[in-house]
Amino acid sequence: MGVNRFVIKQISVFSENKPGRLAAIARALQEEQINILAFSIAEADGFGVVRALVDSPQKAHEKLTKMGFNVAFTDVIAVQMKDEPGGLYEIAKILGQGGINIEYAYAYSGKEGAVLILRVDNVEAAIAAVRKGGAKLLESSLFQ
Amino acid sequence: MTRAWDPRIEEMPLENLKKLQYTLLKTLVYRLYSFSAFYHRRMEEAKVHPDDIRTLEDIQKLPFMYKRDLRDNYPDKLFIASQEDLVRYHVSSGTTGKPTVVGYTERDLENWTVSLARALVSCGLGRGDVIQVSYGYGLFTGGLGLHYGAERIGATVLPTSVGNTERQIELMQDLGATAIACTPSYLLHIGEVAEKMGISIRKDTKLKTGILGAEPWSENMRQRIQDWLGIKAYDIYGTSELSGPMFCECTEQRGFHVWGDLAYVEILDTQTQEPLPPGERGEMVITMLQKEAMPLIRYRIGDISSIEEDVCPCGRTHPRVQRITGRVDDMLIIRGINVFPSQIEYALMTIPEVGQHFQIIVDRKGALDDMLVQVEVAQEAFSDKITDLMGIRKKVEHKLRNILNVGVNVELVEPGSLPRFEGKAKRVIDRRKI
Repeated sequence: MGVNRFVIKQISVFSENKPGRLAAIARALQEEQINILAFSIAEADGFGVVRALVDSPQKAHEKLTKMGFNVAFTDVIAVQMKDEPGGLYEIAKILGQGGINIEYAYAYSGKEGAVLILRVDNVEAAIAAVRKGGAKLLESSLFQ
Repeated sequence: MTRAWDPRIEEMPLENLKKLQYTLLKTLVYRLYSFSAFYHRRMEEAKVHPDDIRTLEDIQKLPFMYKRDLRDNYPDKLFIASQEDLVRYHVSSGTTGKPTVVGYTERDLENWTVSLARALVSCGLGRGDVIQVSYGYGLFTGGLGLHYGAERIGATVLPTSVGNTERQIELMQDLGATAIACTPSYLLHIGEVAEKMGISIRKDTKLKTGILGAEPWSENMRQRIQDWLGIKAYDIYGTSELSGPMFCECTEQRGFHVWGDLAYVEILDTQTQEPLPPGERGEMVITMLQKEAMPLIRYRIGDISSIEEDVCPCGRTHPRVQRITGRVDDMLIIRGINVFPSQIEYALMTIPEVGQHFQIIVDRKGALDDMLVQVEVAQEAFSDKITDLMGIRKKVEHKLRNILNVGVNVELVEPGSLPRFEGKAKRVIDRRKI
Protein backbone atom coordinates (compact mmCIF):
# COMPACT_ATOMS: atom_id res chain seq x y z
CA MET A 1 0.00 0.00 0.00
CA GLY A 2 1.90 3.13 1.16
CA VAL A 3 2.29 5.10 -2.04
CA ASN A 4 -0.84 3.71 -3.65
CA ARG A 5 -3.11 6.03 -1.74
CA PHE A 6 -1.56 8.91 -3.68
CA VAL A 7 -2.19 7.38 -7.12
CA ILE A 8 -5.29 9.03 -8.53
CA LYS A 9 -7.44 7.62 -11.36
CA GLN A 10 -7.92 10.31 -13.94
CA ILE A 11 -10.44 9.59 -16.69
CA SER A 12 -9.33 10.27 -20.25
CA VAL A 13 -11.91 10.48 -23.04
CA PHE A 14 -11.25 10.42 -26.78
CA SER A 15 -13.20 13.15 -28.51
CA GLU A 16 -13.51 14.40 -32.04
CA ASN A 17 -12.63 18.04 -32.41
CA LYS A 18 -16.07 19.38 -33.28
CA PRO A 19 -18.79 21.47 -31.68
CA GLY A 20 -20.86 19.79 -28.99
CA ARG A 21 -18.53 16.97 -28.00
CA LEU A 22 -17.45 18.50 -24.69
CA ALA A 23 -21.07 19.34 -23.94
CA ALA A 24 -22.00 15.68 -24.51
CA ILE A 25 -19.38 14.52 -22.04
CA ALA A 26 -20.22 17.18 -19.45
CA ARG A 27 -23.94 16.49 -19.72
CA ALA A 28 -23.39 12.77 -19.15
CA LEU A 29 -21.48 13.54 -15.97
CA GLN A 30 -24.17 15.93 -14.82
CA GLU A 31 -26.83 13.27 -15.38
CA GLU A 32 -24.90 10.92 -13.10
CA GLN A 33 -24.38 13.71 -10.53
CA ILE A 34 -20.63 13.42 -10.91
CA ASN A 35 -18.60 16.46 -9.94
CA ILE A 36 -15.58 17.50 -11.99
CA LEU A 37 -12.72 18.66 -9.78
CA ALA A 38 -10.27 19.54 -12.49
CA PHE A 39 -10.02 19.01 -16.20
CA SER A 40 -8.08 19.86 -19.32
CA ILE A 41 -8.29 19.26 -23.07
CA ALA A 42 -5.28 18.12 -25.03
CA GLU A 43 -5.72 18.97 -28.67
CA ALA A 44 -4.26 17.32 -31.74
CA ASP A 45 -5.15 17.68 -35.39
CA GLY A 46 -8.85 16.77 -35.68
CA PHE A 47 -9.25 15.11 -32.30
CA GLY A 48 -8.57 15.66 -28.66
CA VAL A 49 -8.35 13.93 -25.30
CA VAL A 50 -10.46 15.28 -22.47
CA ARG A 51 -8.85 14.55 -19.11
CA ALA A 52 -10.68 15.02 -15.85
CA LEU A 53 -10.46 14.33 -12.15
CA VAL A 54 -13.95 13.52 -10.91
CA ASP A 55 -15.40 12.52 -7.57
CA SER A 56 -16.47 9.08 -8.82
CA PRO A 57 -14.19 7.90 -11.63
CA GLN A 58 -15.66 4.37 -11.85
CA LYS A 59 -19.19 5.67 -12.38
CA ALA A 60 -17.96 8.20 -14.95
CA HIS A 61 -16.06 5.49 -16.82
CA GLU A 62 -19.12 3.22 -16.97
CA LYS A 63 -21.48 5.98 -18.08
CA LEU A 64 -19.23 7.31 -20.84
CA THR A 65 -18.35 3.82 -22.09
CA LYS A 66 -22.03 2.97 -22.29
CA MET A 67 -22.53 6.06 -24.41
CA GLY A 68 -19.94 4.72 -26.85
CA PHE A 69 -17.00 6.90 -25.87
CA ASN A 70 -13.45 5.57 -25.74
CA VAL A 71 -12.53 5.98 -22.09
CA ALA A 72 -9.37 5.05 -20.20
CA PHE A 73 -8.10 5.43 -16.66
CA THR A 74 -4.73 7.09 -16.31
CA ASP A 75 -2.69 7.19 -13.11
CA VAL A 76 -1.79 10.73 -12.06
CA ILE A 77 -0.68 12.41 -8.86
CA ALA A 78 -1.88 15.70 -7.39
CA VAL A 79 0.48 17.94 -5.46
CA GLN A 80 -0.55 20.90 -3.32
CA MET A 81 1.11 24.15 -4.26
CA LYS A 82 1.35 27.45 -2.46
CA ASP A 83 -0.94 29.91 -4.22
CA GLU A 84 1.77 32.59 -4.43
CA PRO A 85 4.77 33.45 -6.64
CA GLY A 86 7.24 30.58 -6.67
CA GLY A 87 4.63 27.93 -5.81
CA LEU A 88 4.99 26.04 -9.09
CA TYR A 89 8.78 26.46 -9.05
CA GLU A 90 9.01 24.74 -5.69
CA ILE A 91 7.24 21.60 -6.97
CA ALA A 92 8.88 21.56 -10.39
CA LYS A 93 12.29 21.87 -8.76
CA ILE A 94 11.65 18.85 -6.53
CA LEU A 95 10.65 16.74 -9.55
CA GLY A 96 13.54 17.98 -11.66
CA GLN A 97 16.07 17.19 -8.98
CA GLY A 98 14.46 13.78 -8.50
CA GLY A 99 14.98 13.03 -12.21
CA ILE A 100 11.22 12.74 -12.79
CA ASN A 101 9.97 13.56 -16.27
CA ILE A 102 6.58 15.27 -16.58
CA GLU A 103 4.51 14.03 -19.50
CA TYR A 104 1.78 16.55 -18.99
CA ALA A 105 0.33 18.63 -16.20
CA TYR A 106 -2.55 20.93 -15.44
CA ALA A 107 -3.51 22.85 -12.37
CA TYR A 108 -6.42 24.32 -10.52
CA SER A 109 -6.59 26.95 -7.85
CA GLY A 110 -9.26 26.10 -5.32
CA LYS A 111 -10.46 27.36 -1.96
CA GLU A 112 -7.78 25.49 -0.08
CA GLY A 113 -4.87 26.48 -2.26
CA ALA A 114 -3.61 25.43 -5.65
CA VAL A 115 -3.21 21.87 -6.90
CA LEU A 116 -0.91 20.63 -9.63
CA ILE A 117 -1.99 17.44 -11.40
CA LEU A 118 0.85 15.52 -12.95
CA ARG A 119 1.26 12.64 -15.34
CA VAL A 120 4.82 11.43 -14.88
CA ASP A 121 6.96 8.67 -16.34
CA ASN A 122 7.48 6.95 -12.98
CA VAL A 123 4.64 7.42 -10.50
CA GLU A 124 6.28 5.71 -7.53
CA ALA A 125 9.54 7.59 -7.88
CA ALA A 126 7.63 10.85 -8.23
CA ILE A 127 5.65 10.19 -5.05
CA ALA A 128 8.85 9.39 -3.16
CA ALA A 129 10.57 12.53 -4.48
CA VAL A 130 7.65 14.81 -3.63
CA ARG A 131 7.40 13.45 -0.10
CA LYS A 132 11.14 13.68 0.41
CA GLY A 133 11.08 17.28 -0.85
CA GLY A 134 8.51 18.13 1.80
CA ALA A 135 5.54 18.86 -0.47
CA LYS A 136 2.04 17.50 0.20
CA LEU A 137 0.24 15.00 -2.06
CA LEU A 138 -3.55 14.75 -2.25
CA GLU A 139 -4.92 11.32 -1.43
CA SER A 140 -6.89 9.37 -3.98
CA SER A 141 -9.74 8.93 -1.48
CA LEU A 142 -10.81 12.46 -2.43
CA PHE A 143 -11.66 11.19 -5.89
CA GLN A 144 -13.72 8.04 -5.34
CA MET B 1 -23.15 -34.01 -45.39
CA THR B 2 -24.29 -34.28 -48.98
CA ARG B 3 -21.42 -34.36 -51.46
CA ALA B 4 -23.15 -32.18 -54.05
CA TRP B 5 -26.66 -31.16 -54.98
CA ASP B 6 -26.21 -32.39 -58.56
CA PRO B 7 -22.94 -34.34 -58.83
CA ARG B 8 -23.62 -35.26 -62.47
CA ILE B 9 -23.33 -31.58 -63.46
CA GLU B 10 -21.08 -30.27 -60.71
CA GLU B 11 -18.38 -32.93 -61.18
CA MET B 12 -18.65 -33.17 -64.98
CA PRO B 13 -15.19 -33.39 -66.61
CA LEU B 14 -14.10 -29.90 -67.71
CA GLU B 15 -13.81 -31.04 -71.32
CA ASN B 16 -17.45 -32.13 -71.39
CA LEU B 17 -18.49 -28.96 -69.60
CA LYS B 18 -16.82 -26.87 -72.31
CA LYS B 19 -18.65 -28.86 -75.01
CA LEU B 20 -21.90 -28.22 -73.21
CA GLN B 21 -21.06 -24.52 -72.94
CA TYR B 22 -20.36 -24.32 -76.66
CA THR B 23 -23.71 -25.92 -77.52
CA LEU B 24 -25.54 -23.59 -75.16
CA LEU B 25 -23.70 -20.52 -76.49
CA LYS B 26 -24.49 -21.43 -80.09
CA THR B 27 -28.18 -21.80 -79.26
CA LEU B 28 -28.17 -18.55 -77.30
CA VAL B 29 -26.60 -16.56 -80.11
CA TYR B 30 -29.10 -17.88 -82.67
CA ARG B 31 -31.93 -17.12 -80.30
CA LEU B 32 -30.82 -13.54 -79.67
CA TYR B 33 -30.04 -12.91 -83.33
CA SER B 34 -33.56 -14.04 -84.18
CA PHE B 35 -35.58 -12.53 -81.34
CA SER B 36 -33.68 -9.52 -79.94
CA ALA B 37 -33.86 -6.45 -82.15
CA PHE B 38 -31.28 -4.84 -79.89
CA TYR B 39 -28.68 -7.60 -80.12
CA HIS B 40 -29.38 -8.32 -83.78
CA ARG B 41 -28.49 -4.71 -84.56
CA ARG B 42 -25.41 -4.86 -82.38
CA MET B 43 -24.20 -8.03 -84.11
CA GLU B 44 -24.70 -6.43 -87.51
CA GLU B 45 -22.71 -3.40 -86.39
CA ALA B 46 -19.94 -5.74 -85.28
CA LYS B 47 -20.26 -7.64 -88.60
CA VAL B 48 -20.69 -10.98 -86.91
CA HIS B 49 -23.24 -13.67 -87.73
CA PRO B 50 -24.27 -16.66 -85.58
CA ASP B 51 -22.56 -18.92 -88.13
CA ASP B 52 -19.23 -17.33 -87.19
CA ILE B 53 -19.41 -18.96 -83.76
CA ARG B 54 -17.68 -22.29 -84.30
CA THR B 55 -15.79 -22.77 -81.02
CA LEU B 56 -16.31 -21.59 -77.45
CA GLU B 57 -13.41 -19.15 -77.92
CA ASP B 58 -15.28 -17.52 -80.80
CA ILE B 59 -17.32 -15.79 -78.11
CA GLN B 60 -14.65 -13.10 -78.37
CA LYS B 61 -16.09 -12.08 -81.74
CA LEU B 62 -19.39 -11.13 -80.13
CA PRO B 63 -20.19 -7.56 -79.11
CA PHE B 64 -20.44 -6.57 -75.44
CA MET B 65 -23.52 -5.58 -73.47
CA TYR B 66 -23.32 -2.82 -70.87
CA LYS B 67 -25.21 -1.70 -67.79
CA ARG B 68 -26.24 1.39 -69.75
CA ASP B 69 -27.92 -0.86 -72.34
CA LEU B 70 -30.22 -2.07 -69.57
CA ARG B 71 -30.94 1.48 -68.47
CA ASP B 72 -31.44 2.78 -72.02
CA ASN B 73 -33.93 -0.01 -72.64
CA TYR B 74 -35.87 0.56 -69.42
CA PRO B 75 -38.04 -1.08 -68.36
CA ASP B 76 -38.38 -4.21 -70.51
CA LYS B 77 -37.18 -3.56 -74.04
CA LEU B 78 -34.36 -6.13 -73.70
CA PHE B 79 -36.76 -8.92 -72.74
CA ILE B 80 -37.29 -11.56 -75.41
CA ALA B 81 -40.11 -13.30 -73.54
CA SER B 82 -43.59 -11.81 -73.62
CA GLN B 83 -45.15 -10.58 -70.41
CA GLU B 84 -47.56 -13.58 -70.19
CA ASP B 85 -44.52 -15.86 -69.92
CA LEU B 86 -43.01 -13.90 -67.04
CA VAL B 87 -43.64 -15.06 -63.48
CA ARG B 88 -41.73 -12.37 -61.59
CA TYR B 89 -39.98 -9.00 -61.76
CA HIS B 90 -37.10 -7.75 -59.65
CA VAL B 91 -35.78 -4.19 -59.74
CA SER B 92 -32.18 -3.40 -58.88
CA SER B 93 -31.33 -1.05 -56.03
CA GLY B 94 -29.82 1.41 -58.47
CA THR B 95 -26.74 2.16 -56.34
CA THR B 96 -24.78 2.97 -59.48
CA GLY B 97 -27.49 4.84 -61.36
CA LYS B 98 -31.05 4.43 -62.55
CA PRO B 99 -32.76 1.19 -61.49
CA THR B 100 -32.87 -1.73 -63.89
CA VAL B 101 -35.72 -4.21 -64.24
CA VAL B 102 -35.22 -7.96 -64.59
CA GLY B 103 -37.97 -10.36 -65.67
CA TYR B 104 -38.04 -14.11 -65.00
CA THR B 105 -39.76 -16.96 -66.76
CA GLU B 106 -40.63 -20.04 -64.72
CA ARG B 107 -37.51 -21.71 -66.02
CA ASP B 108 -35.35 -18.68 -65.12
CA LEU B 109 -36.56 -18.96 -61.53
CA GLU B 110 -35.91 -22.70 -61.54
CA ASN B 111 -32.33 -22.24 -62.76
CA TRP B 112 -31.73 -19.52 -60.17
CA THR B 113 -33.05 -21.70 -57.36
CA VAL B 114 -31.00 -24.70 -58.53
CA SER B 115 -27.88 -22.54 -58.76
CA LEU B 116 -28.34 -21.54 -55.11
CA ALA B 117 -29.26 -25.07 -54.03
CA ARG B 118 -25.92 -26.28 -55.42
CA ALA B 119 -24.16 -23.30 -53.81
CA LEU B 120 -25.63 -23.82 -50.34
CA VAL B 121 -24.91 -27.56 -50.35
CA SER B 122 -21.34 -26.82 -51.49
CA CYS B 123 -20.70 -24.85 -48.31
CA GLY B 124 -21.99 -27.61 -46.11
CA LEU B 125 -25.65 -26.69 -45.59
CA GLY B 126 -28.67 -28.94 -45.96
CA ARG B 127 -31.63 -30.51 -44.23
CA GLY B 128 -31.54 -29.74 -40.50
CA ASP B 129 -30.00 -26.30 -40.94
CA VAL B 130 -31.87 -23.16 -39.97
CA ILE B 131 -30.91 -20.44 -42.44
CA GLN B 132 -31.64 -16.87 -41.41
CA VAL B 133 -32.11 -14.79 -44.54
CA SER B 134 -31.20 -11.23 -43.59
CA TYR B 135 -31.07 -9.90 -47.12
CA GLY B 136 -33.88 -7.58 -48.09
CA TYR B 137 -37.07 -9.20 -49.35
CA GLY B 138 -38.92 -7.51 -52.15
CA LEU B 139 -37.62 -5.85 -55.27
CA PHE B 140 -34.06 -6.69 -54.22
CA THR B 141 -33.07 -10.21 -55.32
CA GLY B 142 -31.11 -11.22 -52.22
CA GLY B 143 -33.96 -12.15 -49.88
CA LEU B 144 -36.25 -14.12 -52.19
CA GLY B 145 -33.32 -15.73 -54.01
CA LEU B 146 -31.72 -17.21 -50.90
CA HIS B 147 -35.15 -18.01 -49.52
CA TYR B 148 -36.11 -20.39 -52.32
CA GLY B 149 -32.60 -21.80 -52.61
CA ALA B 150 -32.58 -22.65 -48.91
CA GLU B 151 -36.05 -24.18 -49.03
CA ARG B 152 -35.04 -26.31 -52.01
CA ILE B 153 -32.23 -28.06 -50.08
CA GLY B 154 -34.62 -28.83 -47.24
CA ALA B 155 -33.27 -26.30 -44.78
CA THR B 156 -35.59 -24.29 -42.53
CA VAL B 157 -35.79 -20.66 -43.57
CA LEU B 158 -36.00 -17.83 -41.06
CA PRO B 159 -36.98 -14.91 -43.31
CA THR B 160 -35.98 -11.96 -41.12
CA SER B 161 -35.09 -9.61 -44.02
CA VAL B 162 -33.06 -6.53 -43.03
CA GLY B 163 -33.43 -4.21 -40.07
CA ASN B 164 -34.55 -4.49 -36.45
CA THR B 165 -31.21 -5.98 -35.52
CA GLU B 166 -31.99 -6.73 -31.87
CA ARG B 167 -35.00 -8.83 -32.87
CA GLN B 168 -32.87 -10.61 -35.48
CA ILE B 169 -30.43 -11.58 -32.74
CA GLU B 170 -33.20 -12.78 -30.41
CA LEU B 171 -34.69 -14.94 -33.17
CA MET B 172 -31.27 -16.25 -34.11
CA GLN B 173 -30.89 -17.45 -30.52
CA ASP B 174 -34.44 -18.65 -29.93
CA LEU B 175 -34.80 -20.60 -33.18
CA GLY B 176 -31.22 -21.84 -33.27
CA ALA B 177 -30.17 -20.39 -36.63
CA THR B 178 -27.14 -22.30 -37.92
CA ALA B 179 -26.48 -20.05 -40.90
CA ILE B 180 -27.10 -16.46 -41.88
CA ALA B 181 -27.20 -14.87 -45.32
CA CYS B 182 -26.51 -11.13 -45.33
CA THR B 183 -23.94 -8.52 -46.30
CA PRO B 184 -20.60 -8.83 -44.47
CA SER B 185 -20.98 -5.31 -43.06
CA TYR B 186 -24.41 -6.16 -41.68
CA LEU B 187 -23.02 -9.26 -40.00
CA LEU B 188 -20.37 -7.11 -38.32
CA HIS B 189 -23.16 -4.81 -37.20
CA ILE B 190 -25.10 -7.78 -35.81
CA GLY B 191 -21.96 -8.87 -33.93
CA GLU B 192 -21.57 -5.42 -32.38
CA VAL B 193 -25.23 -5.10 -31.41
CA ALA B 194 -25.19 -8.62 -29.92
CA GLU B 195 -22.21 -7.70 -27.74
CA LYS B 196 -24.05 -4.62 -26.50
CA MET B 197 -26.95 -6.91 -25.60
CA GLY B 198 -24.53 -9.13 -23.69
CA ILE B 199 -24.79 -11.94 -26.26
CA SER B 200 -21.77 -13.64 -27.78
CA ILE B 201 -22.52 -14.95 -31.29
CA ARG B 202 -19.74 -17.48 -30.76
CA LYS B 203 -20.91 -18.83 -27.39
CA ASP B 204 -24.60 -18.05 -27.13
CA THR B 205 -25.89 -18.98 -30.60
CA LYS B 206 -25.69 -22.01 -32.89
CA LEU B 207 -24.48 -19.95 -35.84
CA LYS B 208 -21.74 -21.72 -37.79
CA THR B 209 -22.01 -20.43 -41.35
CA GLY B 210 -22.24 -17.00 -42.97
CA ILE B 211 -23.28 -16.64 -46.62
CA LEU B 212 -21.98 -13.16 -47.23
CA GLY B 213 -22.13 -10.97 -50.31
CA ALA B 214 -23.79 -8.11 -52.21
CA GLU B 215 -20.76 -5.91 -51.54
CA PRO B 216 -17.01 -6.33 -51.95
CA TRP B 217 -15.10 -7.57 -48.92
CA SER B 218 -11.60 -8.78 -48.24
CA GLU B 219 -9.87 -11.95 -47.12
CA ASN B 220 -8.78 -10.14 -43.94
CA MET B 221 -12.38 -9.25 -43.20
CA ARG B 222 -13.23 -12.94 -43.59
CA GLN B 223 -10.55 -13.88 -41.05
CA ARG B 224 -11.80 -11.23 -38.66
CA ILE B 225 -15.41 -12.38 -38.94
CA GLN B 226 -14.42 -16.04 -38.52
CA ASP B 227 -12.17 -15.42 -35.54
CA TRP B 228 -14.55 -13.05 -33.81
CA LEU B 229 -17.88 -14.79 -34.39
CA GLY B 230 -16.64 -18.38 -34.52
CA ILE B 231 -18.28 -19.17 -37.87
CA LYS B 232 -17.18 -20.09 -41.40
CA ALA B 233 -17.74 -17.15 -43.76
CA TYR B 234 -18.40 -17.83 -47.45
CA ASP B 235 -18.40 -15.37 -50.30
CA ILE B 236 -21.57 -15.37 -52.43
CA TYR B 237 -21.80 -13.56 -55.74
CA GLY B 238 -24.45 -12.32 -58.08
CA THR B 239 -26.34 -9.28 -59.28
CA SER B 240 -29.93 -8.79 -60.32
CA GLU B 241 -28.97 -8.84 -64.02
CA LEU B 242 -27.68 -12.41 -63.60
CA SER B 243 -30.90 -13.28 -61.67
CA GLY B 244 -29.62 -12.40 -58.20
CA PRO B 245 -27.11 -14.09 -55.89
CA MET B 246 -26.03 -17.17 -57.85
CA PHE B 247 -22.56 -18.46 -57.02
CA CYS B 248 -20.97 -19.24 -53.68
CA GLU B 249 -17.72 -20.61 -52.35
CA CYS B 250 -17.56 -24.28 -51.39
CA THR B 251 -16.08 -25.43 -48.08
CA GLU B 252 -12.59 -25.01 -49.60
CA GLN B 253 -13.10 -21.21 -49.56
CA ARG B 254 -11.03 -20.75 -52.72
CA GLY B 255 -13.33 -18.47 -54.70
CA PHE B 256 -16.92 -18.99 -55.82
CA HIS B 257 -17.79 -21.75 -58.29
CA VAL B 258 -19.47 -20.35 -61.38
CA TRP B 259 -21.80 -23.07 -62.66
CA GLY B 260 -20.57 -23.52 -66.20
CA ASP B 261 -23.90 -24.81 -67.52
CA LEU B 262 -25.52 -21.53 -66.45
CA ALA B 263 -22.81 -18.95 -67.04
CA TYR B 264 -19.57 -18.44 -68.93
CA VAL B 265 -17.01 -16.07 -67.43
CA GLU B 266 -14.23 -14.26 -69.24
CA ILE B 267 -11.54 -12.19 -67.49
CA LEU B 268 -10.31 -9.42 -69.77
CA ASP B 269 -7.49 -6.92 -69.65
CA THR B 270 -9.09 -3.65 -68.51
CA GLN B 271 -7.25 -1.66 -71.18
CA THR B 272 -7.13 -3.93 -74.25
CA GLN B 273 -10.16 -6.19 -73.57
CA GLU B 274 -7.95 -9.17 -74.50
CA PRO B 275 -8.59 -12.36 -72.49
CA LEU B 276 -6.24 -12.91 -69.55
CA PRO B 277 -4.86 -16.29 -68.44
CA PRO B 278 -6.12 -17.90 -65.21
CA GLY B 279 -4.87 -16.20 -62.06
CA GLU B 280 -4.58 -12.73 -63.57
CA ARG B 281 -6.78 -9.93 -62.39
CA GLY B 282 -9.00 -8.21 -64.90
CA GLU B 283 -12.50 -7.17 -65.76
CA MET B 284 -15.08 -9.92 -65.43
CA VAL B 285 -17.41 -10.37 -68.41
CA ILE B 286 -20.36 -12.76 -68.07
CA THR B 287 -22.53 -14.61 -70.53
CA MET B 288 -25.68 -16.18 -69.09
CA LEU B 289 -26.09 -19.34 -71.11
CA GLN B 290 -29.65 -20.33 -70.23
CA LYS B 291 -31.58 -17.22 -69.33
CA GLU B 292 -34.88 -16.98 -71.20
CA ALA B 293 -36.54 -13.65 -70.37
CA MET B 294 -33.53 -11.37 -70.40
CA PRO B 295 -30.45 -13.07 -71.84
CA LEU B 296 -27.03 -11.50 -71.42
CA ILE B 297 -24.09 -12.00 -73.73
CA ARG B 298 -20.65 -10.71 -72.76
CA TYR B 299 -22.12 -8.48 -70.11
CA ARG B 300 -19.62 -5.95 -68.70
CA ILE B 301 -20.68 -6.37 -65.10
CA GLY B 302 -17.98 -3.98 -63.89
CA ASP B 303 -16.34 -6.25 -61.30
CA ILE B 304 -12.61 -6.90 -61.17
CA SER B 305 -11.37 -10.41 -60.34
CA SER B 306 -9.44 -13.45 -61.59
CA ILE B 307 -10.42 -17.03 -62.42
CA GLU B 308 -9.01 -20.49 -61.59
CA GLU B 309 -9.81 -23.45 -63.83
CA ASP B 310 -8.05 -26.37 -62.12
CA VAL B 311 -10.33 -28.93 -60.50
CA CYS B 312 -11.24 -27.88 -56.96
CA PRO B 313 -10.25 -30.20 -54.08
CA CYS B 314 -13.99 -30.43 -53.35
CA GLY B 315 -14.36 -32.39 -56.61
CA ARG B 316 -16.24 -29.71 -58.53
CA THR B 317 -14.89 -28.99 -61.99
CA HIS B 318 -16.63 -25.65 -62.49
CA PRO B 319 -14.25 -22.68 -62.54
CA ARG B 320 -13.72 -20.60 -59.43
CA VAL B 321 -13.72 -16.83 -59.53
CA GLN B 322 -11.68 -15.17 -56.80
CA ARG B 323 -13.34 -12.67 -54.52
CA ILE B 324 -14.15 -9.37 -56.18
CA THR B 325 -11.31 -6.98 -55.50
CA GLY B 326 -12.81 -3.88 -57.03
CA ARG B 327 -15.31 -2.41 -59.39
CA VAL B 328 -14.57 -0.66 -62.60
CA ASP B 329 -17.08 2.04 -61.69
CA ASP B 330 -16.35 2.21 -57.91
CA MET B 331 -12.82 2.97 -58.84
CA LEU B 332 -11.74 6.38 -57.62
CA ILE B 333 -9.10 8.24 -59.52
CA ILE B 334 -7.04 10.22 -57.01
CA ARG B 335 -4.41 12.42 -58.59
CA GLY B 336 -4.35 10.07 -61.57
CA ILE B 337 -4.01 6.88 -59.52
CA ASN B 338 -6.70 4.19 -59.49
CA VAL B 339 -7.95 3.54 -55.97
CA PHE B 340 -10.45 0.86 -54.98
CA PRO B 341 -12.27 1.12 -51.64
CA SER B 342 -11.56 -2.62 -51.20
CA GLN B 343 -7.83 -1.85 -51.05
CA ILE B 344 -8.48 0.51 -48.16
CA GLU B 345 -10.56 -2.14 -46.40
CA TYR B 346 -7.74 -4.63 -46.90
CA ALA B 347 -5.20 -2.23 -45.41
CA LEU B 348 -7.34 -1.37 -42.38
CA MET B 349 -7.95 -5.03 -41.56
CA THR B 350 -4.26 -5.45 -40.85
CA ILE B 351 -4.28 -2.66 -38.25
CA PRO B 352 -5.99 -3.83 -35.03
CA GLU B 353 -5.89 -0.34 -33.50
CA VAL B 354 -8.70 0.80 -35.78
CA GLY B 355 -12.15 -0.72 -36.23
CA GLN B 356 -13.44 -2.33 -39.41
CA HIS B 357 -15.64 0.60 -40.39
CA PHE B 358 -14.36 3.41 -42.53
CA GLN B 359 -15.49 6.25 -44.72
CA ILE B 360 -13.71 7.87 -47.62
CA ILE B 361 -14.24 11.54 -48.36
CA VAL B 362 -12.82 12.83 -51.61
CA ASP B 363 -12.59 16.54 -52.23
CA ARG B 364 -10.65 18.89 -54.39
CA LYS B 365 -8.32 21.36 -52.70
CA GLY B 366 -7.28 23.87 -55.33
CA ALA B 367 -6.36 21.76 -58.33
CA LEU B 368 -5.46 18.69 -56.31
CA ASP B 369 -7.59 15.76 -55.25
CA ASP B 370 -7.64 15.24 -51.53
CA MET B 371 -8.63 11.93 -49.99
CA LEU B 372 -9.55 11.67 -46.35
CA VAL B 373 -10.11 8.31 -44.72
CA GLN B 374 -12.00 8.32 -41.44
CA VAL B 375 -11.42 5.40 -39.09
CA GLU B 376 -12.63 4.59 -35.61
CA VAL B 377 -10.14 4.11 -32.79
CA ALA B 378 -10.63 0.71 -31.15
CA GLN B 379 -11.43 0.82 -27.44
CA GLU B 380 -8.42 -1.39 -26.61
CA ALA B 381 -6.09 0.88 -28.54
CA PHE B 382 -7.21 4.14 -26.94
CA SER B 383 -4.47 5.81 -25.00
CA ASP B 384 -4.45 8.94 -22.91
CA LYS B 385 -1.23 9.95 -24.65
CA ILE B 386 -1.68 12.18 -27.69
CA THR B 387 1.57 10.86 -29.12
CA ASP B 388 0.20 7.30 -29.10
CA LEU B 389 -2.92 8.43 -30.96
CA MET B 390 -0.85 10.40 -33.45
CA GLY B 391 1.21 7.23 -33.86
CA ILE B 392 -1.89 5.22 -34.78
CA ARG B 393 -2.83 7.84 -37.33
CA LYS B 394 0.68 7.84 -38.80
CA LYS B 395 0.62 4.05 -38.97
CA VAL B 396 -2.68 4.03 -40.89
CA GLU B 397 -1.49 6.79 -43.24
CA HIS B 398 1.74 4.95 -43.87
CA LYS B 399 -0.01 1.65 -44.56
CA LEU B 400 -2.53 3.28 -46.93
CA ARG B 401 0.20 5.11 -48.79
CA ASN B 402 2.08 1.85 -49.29
CA ILE B 403 -0.93 -0.03 -50.60
CA LEU B 404 -2.52 2.74 -52.68
CA ASN B 405 0.61 4.48 -53.93
CA VAL B 406 -1.03 7.79 -53.20
CA GLY B 407 -0.87 9.95 -50.08
CA VAL B 408 -4.05 10.14 -48.00
CA ASN B 409 -5.04 11.93 -44.83
CA VAL B 410 -6.43 9.91 -41.99
CA GLU B 411 -8.82 11.20 -39.35
CA LEU B 412 -9.45 9.35 -36.11
CA VAL B 413 -13.09 9.45 -35.08
CA GLU B 414 -15.06 8.21 -32.09
CA PRO B 415 -16.15 4.56 -32.05
CA GLY B 416 -19.66 4.07 -33.40
CA SER B 417 -19.70 7.44 -35.15
CA LEU B 418 -19.27 6.21 -38.73
CA PRO B 419 -22.43 5.08 -40.54
CA ARG B 420 -23.33 1.38 -40.38
CA PHE B 421 -24.98 -0.17 -43.43
CA GLU B 422 -27.73 -2.75 -43.47
CA GLY B 423 -27.71 -3.11 -47.25
CA LYS B 424 -24.94 -2.17 -49.63
CA ALA B 425 -22.24 -0.15 -47.91
CA LYS B 426 -21.75 3.35 -49.31
CA ARG B 427 -18.33 4.21 -48.04
CA VAL B 428 -17.31 6.88 -50.52
CA ILE B 429 -18.40 10.50 -50.41
CA ASP B 430 -17.09 12.26 -53.49
CA ARG B 431 -17.39 16.02 -53.11
CA ARG B 432 -15.31 16.87 -56.13
CA LYS B 433 -17.00 19.19 -58.56
CA ILE B 434 -15.45 18.61 -61.91
